[in-house]
Amino acid sequence: MEDAGFIIGSYVVTFGVIGAYAVAMLTRARRLARRVADEDKPWT
Amino acid sequence: MSIPPDDTDITTAGTSSAATRLLGTLAVVGVAWLVAFGLLFSPADRDQRESVRIMYVHVPSAWLAYLAFIVTAGASALYLFRAAHSLVWDRLAGASAEVGVVFMGITLLTGMLWGRLSWGVFWTWDARLTTTAFLFVTYVGYLAVRRLGGTHQQRARRSAAVALLGVLEIPLVHFSVRLWRNLHQESTVARPDGDVKMDGLMLFSLVVGLVAFTLLYVWLVIHRQRALVLEDAAEDHGLEQALSDRRAEAALPGGR
Repeated sequence: MEDAGFIIGSYVVTFGVIGAYAVAMLTRARRLARRVADEDKPWT
Repeated sequence: MSIPPDDTDITTAGTSSAATRLLGTLAVVGVAWLVAFGLLFSPADRDQRESVRIMYVHVPSAWLAYLAFIVTAGASALYLFRAAHSLVWDRLAGASAEVGVVFMGITLLTGMLWGRLSWGVFWTWDARLTTTAFLFVTYVGYLAVRRLGGTHQQRARRSAAVALLGVLEIPLVHFSVRLWRNLHQESTVARPDGDVKMDGLMLFSLVVGLVAFTLLYVWLVIHRQRALVLEDAAEDHGLEQALSDRRAEAALPGGR
């Protein structure tokens, strides 16, 4: 594939950024969940 | 919000539920389809050649960023103009804006990679690029405004006002290619004459990208909105704990 570095790089950037954001958010949420009572988590 | 006493049930499940797990699975399947069609099955373009493959992530991320900022404005209006002033709308606005900033950042980065292949430069002060960068900075500012402090209701009021102003930039960004006619190409799909100028498999790959990104957006916003519920509850808990400690301190002999 011509210009494979740029093309594959764009997919790596896209899913790398989304993945890093999701992991950071879920890790922080899990830490916060330990400090909050279940009655304040209506989804559980 | 209540302070969890020692005997209160506290699980560490975070923000997951059966619905989000199903949604997350569908999003991963959608992303796998997007990678397969975007990188392998769709043909090269006559003019753009292989660089058209970047479009399958660049265009959906831009559309989802627009959608995210429109949802932020809608939720902000519901917060401001409904009598209840429910923080549910404020948290939805905040969650959608944050996810929108992520997608807008991806739009800029993938656009730079595509620009290097098509125009020979990563960046140029073209009207579409400049207005997109301005929109990105506006919503980074919106997120900063949300962190200024004060009560939850104060945060909700001031950020809602910013969201209702920020969304006015979206038509400017979208129509910038027609207003100024610089380097950036006009729309290929969302054309005023309704004539889609794309090969069938290319269009299918773009639709797969749009579906995959929409699933990702919904999944991320649900989790972020729940994380904001947890942040607010933990903040309330911390404040009540500090007040309780202060009262106990004042009640001691010699306390002030």
